[in-house]
Amino acid sequence: MAIQIRTENFSGPLDLLLHLIKSHEMDIVDIRIVEITEQYLQIIEQMQQLDLDIAGEFLLMAATLVHIKSRMLLPVSDDIGEEDEDPRAELVKRLLEYQRYKDAAELFQQLPQLERDIFSAQFQCPDAGESDSEENEIPIGLYQLADAFHQLLKEKPPEIFHEVIRESLSVADYIERIVERLLQQKRLSFREIFSAESSRNQLIVTFLATLELVKMHIVSIDQVDDFSEIWLALMVPADQLSSISPEKDLLGYG
Amino acid sequence: MDNLRQLVEAFIFAADSPLSLDRLSALIEEPKAKIRPIVEQLQQQYLASECGFYLAEVAGGYQFRTVVELAPWLRKLRKERAPRFSRAALETLAIIAYRQPATRADIEYLRGVDSGGVMKTLLDKNLLRILGKKDVPGRPLIYGTSRHFLELFGLRDLADLPTLKEFTALDPELAVADPLEPEADGAL
Repeated sequence: MAIQIRTENFSGPLDLLLHLIKSHEMDIVDIRIVEITEQYLQIIEQMQQLDLDIAGEFLLMAATLVHIKSRMLLPVSDDIGEEDEDPRAELVKRLLEYQRYKDAAELFQQLPQLERDIFSAQFQCPDAGESDSEENEIPIGLYQLADAFHQLLKEKPPEIFHEVIRESLSVADYIERIVERLLQQKRLSFREIFSAESSRNQLIVTFLATLELVKMHIVSIDQVDDFSEIWLALMVPADQLSSISPEKDLLGYG
Repeated sequence: MDNLRQLVEAFIFAADSPLSLDRLSALIEEPKAKIRPIVEQLQQQYLASECGFYLAEVAGGYQFRTVVELAPWLRKLRKERAPRFSRAALETLAIIAYRQPATRADIEYLRGVDSGGVMKTLLDKNLLRILGKKDVPGRPLIYGTSRHFLELFGLRDLADLPTLKEFTALDPELAVADPLEPEADGAL
């Protein structure tokens, strides 16, 4: 009986294996490994005939199954003791765990989703993005910050010629520079802290300095909305700044 | 007093994301103890009067949301269909939601497939958050779900996640799921 199965219907080898176990009415904790391995290999073979790109993960699982099968064929020796683990144990554990999360994924699919099943009041003022609406700023994560920096680097193509002059850029100096500017202007956008004529190296040192400032709790980063401008502001009153000026040696940059 | 009720109601109505009690308390300049009963009263009131919307508690705050029964009608309001999650994305999201903090390797072991692309998509959609780095060789990033995730699925907090079917009827040795250890050291 040939079963028509295509890999794209399965999110991975564990998913395919679960499907096989279910369609053969087996108990997950007591898999008939010979039968399952045969079925699994057949499907992999079919996929090759269909010239589908077989992901390495599917092949890895095939190897695991064959390995378990061979271990189960070996006679159980009494010398090693009774604690010999069932060769299937790890696979069973993984399958059960996977089954849980697969169920959870289905549960999520059924949960009422915002903008799909449930809607909330929304007021989008067209020019609210860059205004001084400090009220609604949301703290942003590292990923957003790194992503914004990535965008900025993209606009600055790598310099093709470079001279071998080693310019020493100190993170501590840049920290001082940013703090000085923030003292004057109170708030700077993420873009503003990078000056337009900076080299890529300077951009990177400026970014490092920004991260250090956030880590030292001297500067806060906020964003009004997803993908909008990121704002930096001082969190510490000006008169306390001198006491926490960066200890250059401790920063650990060359 | 009536004035305060109106104010709370208006703030929640006009905010573009769920408002927490802390936030309301700061905005209205009244202690939380005074605001909490008002919010609860409002919740009751909207439930009792069978409105088309209700005062939901999501992501640690309060927000007016339409009742789920009206979903098929309300979808007509949107020109585009809400983006559907792929199975891979939902699986990954589920694993991270229940196991956080989790590394990419944890997720890939559980799913048995490369998950880098899916995780990038989820990060782009602001559903995941980088919590820090794990203190093991290679210092891999550890991930958790974001506030936006709670808002999207209408969850109060992580404890509000639907409970997973436990495999109780099994050999206890197999049933031991790895415990959720707060191993995030928070360092970036």
